[in-house]
Amino acid sequence: MTLPDAATDQKIDTSKMRVSDEVAVDLIGVNKWYAEFHVLKDINLRVLKGERIVIAGPSGSGKSTMIRCINALEEHQKGKIIVDGIELTNDLKKVDEVRREVGMVFQHFNLFPHLTILQNCTLGPIWVRKMPKAKAEEVAMHYLERVKIPEQANKYPGQLSGGQQQRVAIARSLCMNPHIMLFDEPTSALDPEMVKEVLEVMIGLAESGMTMLCVTHEMGFARQVANRVIFMDQGQIIEQNEPEEFFLHPRHERTKLFLSQILH
Amino acid sequence: MSDMQSQDNLFFVRQEMVAESPPPVRVRGVWPWMRANLFGSVFDTILTIVGVVLGLLIIVPLAQWGIFGAIWDAPTRDTCAANPDVACWAFVKANMGQFIYGRYPDPERWRVNVFFLLMALTVIPLAIPSAPFKRFNLIAAIIIFPLVSSFLLVGGVLGLPEVDTQVWGGLFLTLVVSYVGMAASLPFGILLALGRRSKMPIVHYLCVAIIEICRGIPLITVLFMAGILLPLFLPTGVNFDKLLRALFGVSLFASCYMAEVVRGGLQAVPKGQYEGAKSLGLNYWTMTRLIILPQAITIVIPGIVNTFIGLFKDTSLVYIIAIFELLSTVRNSFTDPNWSTPSTPASGLTFAALVFWVFCFTMSRYSKFTEDRLRVGYKR
Repeated sequence: MTLPDAATDQKIDTSKMRVSDEVAVDLIGVNKWYAEFHVLKDINLRVLKGERIVIAGPSGSGKSTMIRCINALEEHQKGKIIVDGIELTNDLKKVDEVRREVGMVFQHFNLFPHLTILQNCTLGPIWVRKMPKAKAEEVAMHYLERVKIPEQANKYPGQLSGGQQQRVAIARSLCMNPHIMLFDEPTSALDPEMVKEVLEVMIGLAESGMTMLCVTHEMGFARQVANRVIFMDQGQIIEQNEPEEFFLHPRHERTKLFLSQILH
Repeated sequence: MSDMQSQDNLFFVRQEMVAESPPPVRVRGVWPWMRANLFGSVFDTILTIVGVVLGLLIIVPLAQWGIFGAIWDAPTRDTCAANPDVACWAFVKANMGQFIYGRYPDPERWRVNVFFLLMALTVIPLAIPSAPFKRFNLIAAIIIFPLVSSFLLVGGVLGLPEVDTQVWGGLFLTLVVSYVGMAASLPFGILLALGRRSKMPIVHYLCVAIIEICRGIPLITVLFMAGILLPLFLPTGVNFDKLLRALFGVSLFASCYMAEVVRGGLQAVPKGQYEGAKSLGLNYWTMTRLIILPQAITIVIPGIVNTFIGLFKDTSLVYIIAIFELLSTVRNSFTDPNWSTPSTPASGLTFAALVFWVFCFTMSRYSKFTEDRLRVGYKR
């Protein structure tokens, strides 16, 4: 097997990418069913603070469902999910508490089309963190600069390209100052030319030491920033390893097949 | 690549880029338009001529009846009685006071005028997007204006003589009933729609029951029950005002229709919007107020205005419980011996239709304007 090519040509600054021994997310024996269909089968995963985890696998393997369980967009029916020390239960207060600390970026951006870019970014800080408007705008502009689109602040999402929208979505999550970021196929809906600009932002985020869980097919990105790659199939984690080992010496037959199909 | 033919001599591969050129010239003007649309072919020309003739056959007598031959001024019914084939606007003129105010006592009519003025002052700024203080304006429209108006119109306070709602009538009453119906139906409709989509079973089934029961009954029945049956169930002595009961009936009915319209909008908002809002940690009410409703309402503005227009016209049904709004006031005046002529009913009804149409058409145009304005975020 071969290593994938790097997704971007930037040099990665690893000085702040440190994995601590504190637990950020803990999934213990998590099971989930969609009616009769067993989507997640006894998932156990411990994510430490500062880890960058890439989750790969064929479609329908439960990758998205798993990370959507982490901020309770999907309910799990069995097992325990502990995020930032808070266990997710039916208690809506706990759920909101977790969502406040966990940012999420979606495949289809999910920006609010009736609000400007700036309003999209300040909404969370103002209404959830009770931040004064001026302060929230300052924070929003800071992150919009970080994703390199401060000049679009007063436009509406529909006026931006897909790549720009996704960068806004990342900025919007960052405005909440989350401890953990979840990415659900952030580049899958983008034109190939725009994938890079989003990956660059994500790499920058990894460099800052953010705990990240990314469902993605960008294996180059995985190789560059992930400290662990997880492979899922049929609702189970069937392999996990450091990127180099994962790509060069996959153990499972299913992983080998998957890698041979997406790396050429 | 190597086994492919060289690109240099293929006719469909460009060797140099084509420069931008202006679009084809558009032909403007009346004559080119007519040639293209009215006289494009022999058949088109025949159709156009037939259409014009048919149109003239309708419009000319109508204009003769309603405008050129019509009797605009007459001191008594005699002129109208002598010309039964043309409209008798003199009758409408003479009864205008009654059509607008009903039997509201003459010396107190200024109160109705103040009510009209207040309504304009509340509704017009609310309708202008750039007018300031929208939040206050909305509170004024839904709470302050109705409260102030009810004291003003009913009286009995601050030295205003009391005016029984029995004598209210005409256009003024039509506006009262439809305004209350609209102002109540939007908030209650939204709540019912949200309730119907709630995951809490009691809330859900309660809302479904209210909506389905009220929607499944004709408005006349709701009014009839509100006006006649309700007092039977109430202990003697507790006697709601008849108009109040009609307002309650109309509001309930309109809210249920509105709920279904709003629900359509809620369902049209993509699931991703809910997820995006939730992932930021917004709670249910904040998410609904700031993310979901603004988008849902924008989608269903045509439906909302449609419901408003329907409601505005349905107010004429309150005559069933002997409340005399515009249409029934007009109809009552037909029997007035001073003005009873063969042309009176047609003139009166045309006038009433025209008033209804002006209000409904205004609402319809306003909805078009709002739709265009709110679509801004979706433009590319």
